[in-house]
Amino acid sequence: MNFVVPDFYPAAAEIFVAVMALVIMLASTFARGVRWLGYALTQLTLIAAAFVTIFTMQGEVSYTFSNLFVSDLMGQFLKLVIYFSMAVALLYGRGYLADRNIDKPEYYLLALLMTLGMMVMVTANHMLPMYIGLEMMSLALYTMVAFDRDSGRSTEAAMKYFVLGALASGLLLYGMSMVYGASGSLEFTGIAQAVYNQAANQTVLLFGLVFLVAGIAFKLGVVPFHMWVPDVYQGAPTAVTLVIATAPKLAAFAMAMRLLVWGLFDLAAQWQTMLMLLAVASIVLGNLAAIAQQNIKRMLAYSGISHMGFVVLGLLAGVVDGDRHFALNAYSSAMFYAVSYVIMSLASFGMVILLSRAGFEAENIGDFKGLNKRSPWFALMMMFVMFSMAGIPFFIGFFAKLSVLQAVVAAGYFWLAVVAVIMSVIGAFYYLRVVKVMYFDAPEDTSEIRAPAELRVLLSANGLAIAALGVAPQMLMSLCAYALLASL
Amino acid sequence: MTDIPFLSLAIWVPILGGVLVLATGSDRNAPLARILAFAVAVAGFVVTIPLYTGFDTSSSAMQFVELQSWIPRFNINYHLGVDGISVLFLLLNAFITIMVVMAGWQVIQERVAQYMAAFLIMSGLMNGIFSALDGVLFYVFFEASLIPLYLVIGIWGGQNRVYAAIKFFLYTLLGSLLMLIALLYLFMQSGGSFSILDWHQLPLPMEPQILIFLAFLIAFGVKVPMWPVHTWLPDAHVEAPTGGSVVLAAIALKLGAYGFLRFSIPIVPDAAHQLAPVVITLSLIAVIYIGFVALVQTDMKKLVAYSSISHMGFVTLGFFMFNQLGIEGALVQMISHGFVSGAMFLCIGVLYDRVHSRQIADYGGVVHTMPKFAAFFMLFAMANSGLPATSGFVGEFMVVLGAVKFNFWVAFAAAVTLILGAAYTLWMYKRVVFGKVANSHVAELEDINAREFAFLAILALCVLAMGLYPFPFTEVMHASVDELLRHVAVSKL
Repeated sequence: MNFVVPDFYPAAAEIFVAVMALVIMLASTFARGVRWLGYALTQLTLIAAAFVTIFTMQGEVSYTFSNLFVSDLMGQFLKLVIYFSMAVALLYGRGYLADRNIDKPEYYLLALLMTLGMMVMVTANHMLPMYIGLEMMSLALYTMVAFDRDSGRSTEAAMKYFVLGALASGLLLYGMSMVYGASGSLEFTGIAQAVYNQAANQTVLLFGLVFLVAGIAFKLGVVPFHMWVPDVYQGAPTAVTLVIATAPKLAAFAMAMRLLVWGLFDLAAQWQTMLMLLAVASIVLGNLAAIAQQNIKRMLAYSGISHMGFVVLGLLAGVVDGDRHFALNAYSSAMFYAVSYVIMSLASFGMVILLSRAGFEAENIGDFKGLNKRSPWFALMMMFVMFSMAGIPFFIGFFAKLSVLQAVVAAGYFWLAVVAVIMSVIGAFYYLRVVKVMYFDAPEDTSEIRAPAELRVLLSANGLAIAALGVAPQMLMSLCAYALLASL
Repeated sequence: MTDIPFLSLAIWVPILGGVLVLATGSDRNAPLARILAFAVAVAGFVVTIPLYTGFDTSSSAMQFVELQSWIPRFNINYHLGVDGISVLFLLLNAFITIMVVMAGWQVIQERVAQYMAAFLIMSGLMNGIFSALDGVLFYVFFEASLIPLYLVIGIWGGQNRVYAAIKFFLYTLLGSLLMLIALLYLFMQSGGSFSILDWHQLPLPMEPQILIFLAFLIAFGVKVPMWPVHTWLPDAHVEAPTGGSVVLAAIALKLGAYGFLRFSIPIVPDAAHQLAPVVITLSLIAVIYIGFVALVQTDMKKLVAYSSISHMGFVTLGFFMFNQLGIEGALVQMISHGFVSGAMFLCIGVLYDRVHSRQIADYGGVVHTMPKFAAFFMLFAMANSGLPATSGFVGEFMVVLGAVKFNFWVAFAAAVTLILGAAYTLWMYKRVVFGKVANSHVAELEDINAREFAFLAILALCVLAMGLYPFPFTEVMHASVDELLRHVAVSKL
């Protein structure tokens, strides 16, 4: 038996993060007294991983580990955004966790393992690493949700998340086995080949496809697989909500790209119809339900559901009557939307953390009352975020909506575009309500906003970035398009 | 022509100046914020003057064109230019901004910097709307201008301000988002161009033309506002502070009407011809029915708000008769209405600042205590009812003449409004200004101070000048309106 040494080079970033996770585990065991160590090492790891990813970046698609692992620009780009978003989320959350005495090194270790899981998902070219990455991410997240172990609500949220998450994993696994049974391959490129040659049993394949789409929908948090989203967002400590609402969405997007576009592109007509239902239901239900919320975390959860509906809208506009001409346009629009959403979502939960302090959660929309009097600067930043999420220019959210709608119109789905914009108007109402309480109402809570300097600075930068990217979105748009170019 | 980008200056001087004013921060620096805002407003007006003096009135082409790539991914350009139809609105807008800053000088004591900044930024954004030649750029300015007005109504407005602000925002947003889909459709059909001028040349079959026309009709009809989607306007006007009402009436309403001339009519001319009877009917309903509604109002601001709707009905009526007199008359009416309605709201603001009531019943005999004010108010009331020698007359007369050419009964119905306009305006004037001094509040009134005298006098001069000698206004628009009519006469099917 001969053993071929695989090419480790394309997976350097993953290996690095895995090693660092072990280092942090050891460090946090042997240097228990040094509280900042876990945090500092995690941040350093994320920054260093970004450098490793950049230096090992290759223009062309390359496979390694017997084709289990793929290295391409889409994966590298998404990985960079994931590091960025995790680093920002951990920085925002640090003071919040310290106030509640849960900033243990293990928390950061879990965050790093979760990052590793997402990296594996993003670079998987095979059902198994995809599933392993997904589980690694999810298990770490369940634990993080329950990290405030004395809080009943967090524990409840973690339980719900775990049970529903396990169900979704089961669905996904079942779908994977169906697809394997039909196509005889677990490798995405192999599946695509089998489907293309019509060697696979159509009925079994479609049966499996339904389960795959359900699993993806659960991870994206789109209707009707959204039940966990509001409860978990509300129940989890805000710092963890911030993590759930950002990077995992990118990983789920990558999962959709790999499974559906790489593996089952020739079934696009079938999965596009499924996605259409998911997208419409998410946009309608997400926006309507958000209106009724008094809790801002719940409101942002429903708003997130509708935003994910828009991402799905981009994903379903790629193929029209077998014509793949629109694919790059549509998928890069969806990716641009997902990245924009992550940037906005970071800022929105960052604001919730900013207003919270020891013993007080700024959870209700009422807690934003009169923010313009308390801190005009942060009221302005929050206004940027809200208008951006509502899709008003000059903010990035507008261009995200524009590019997705453009893809939908180009694909000829006018009615989808009309539904999407009408629901956006309804959605604008609850964003406007937040602006209303900040600007038009008198403050109830006049205490000064006390937050660590790094949170203030970075949150300001985040808010300004939302405006700056809205004035000059070209860079990010073409990056998304360029990253996908070689991968399609 | 010079290389100075005057259009960019007209847009960005007020916006950046507004940001600067915002940076003065808390109300301790209020005097500084006021002076800075005034300086920015004046500077914003000064940079628009070369647009008029350097304008070539013999050409119908876009002038002062600036073209730069903005988002190459979707071929979106920073493309600016003005023709005879749009250039005057930039001047009007910059001019009204100065008035608004002056009008808010003493009344606004809370969050002065934010107030002034909102108006300056809004002014820049509106200049952007009037000069954008790229569909997305237009849309971006069109939507972004909602934000400052939303805040102005909501923060400094009256009792029911939150309702009014949100209603205003959502109404306008619904219209404009449907327009966005029409823009994306045009983008696709034109093979990837967002240039409005390209779209003017784009042949389109009838069915999409009708749908696009309807999308535009909703977007611009809400903004104009046309009956039956006008209900946001009286609410917004009543609750807005004086400055907000002035900008709403003088500029914001013109955006919708301008959209008809820049988008609906030239891009989908066949649908415009086919659906013209619909628009004309809606306009006549606005003119007559809303005129009667105005008659029964007890709130002065509401009365002027309804009068605005009625006057804007005249404008849309003029557009859709497709003749020179109609369109030019409508444009003159738009500018005149900018002066007159602005002045009316400023006059009501003067009274409101002193008595804190907008109810007609709370006044009476104001002429005894405020003779100078009563004289100005008289002039503007007369202009609002279309008295010859005021600007109000010129536009209405031209539109009625155009209507006679088009259809006698339409002209007849439109002319009725002249009587109605006189009735509701002068009746209000009589009840507020003449008669015995009604109560102790009126008895204690002080006449207008130098600042108020200044802005009312300037507006009075404008109203009279335009009424006596409208040639400088019509001269500018002539070539462009000619070209528009020639363009519309050719079918795009």
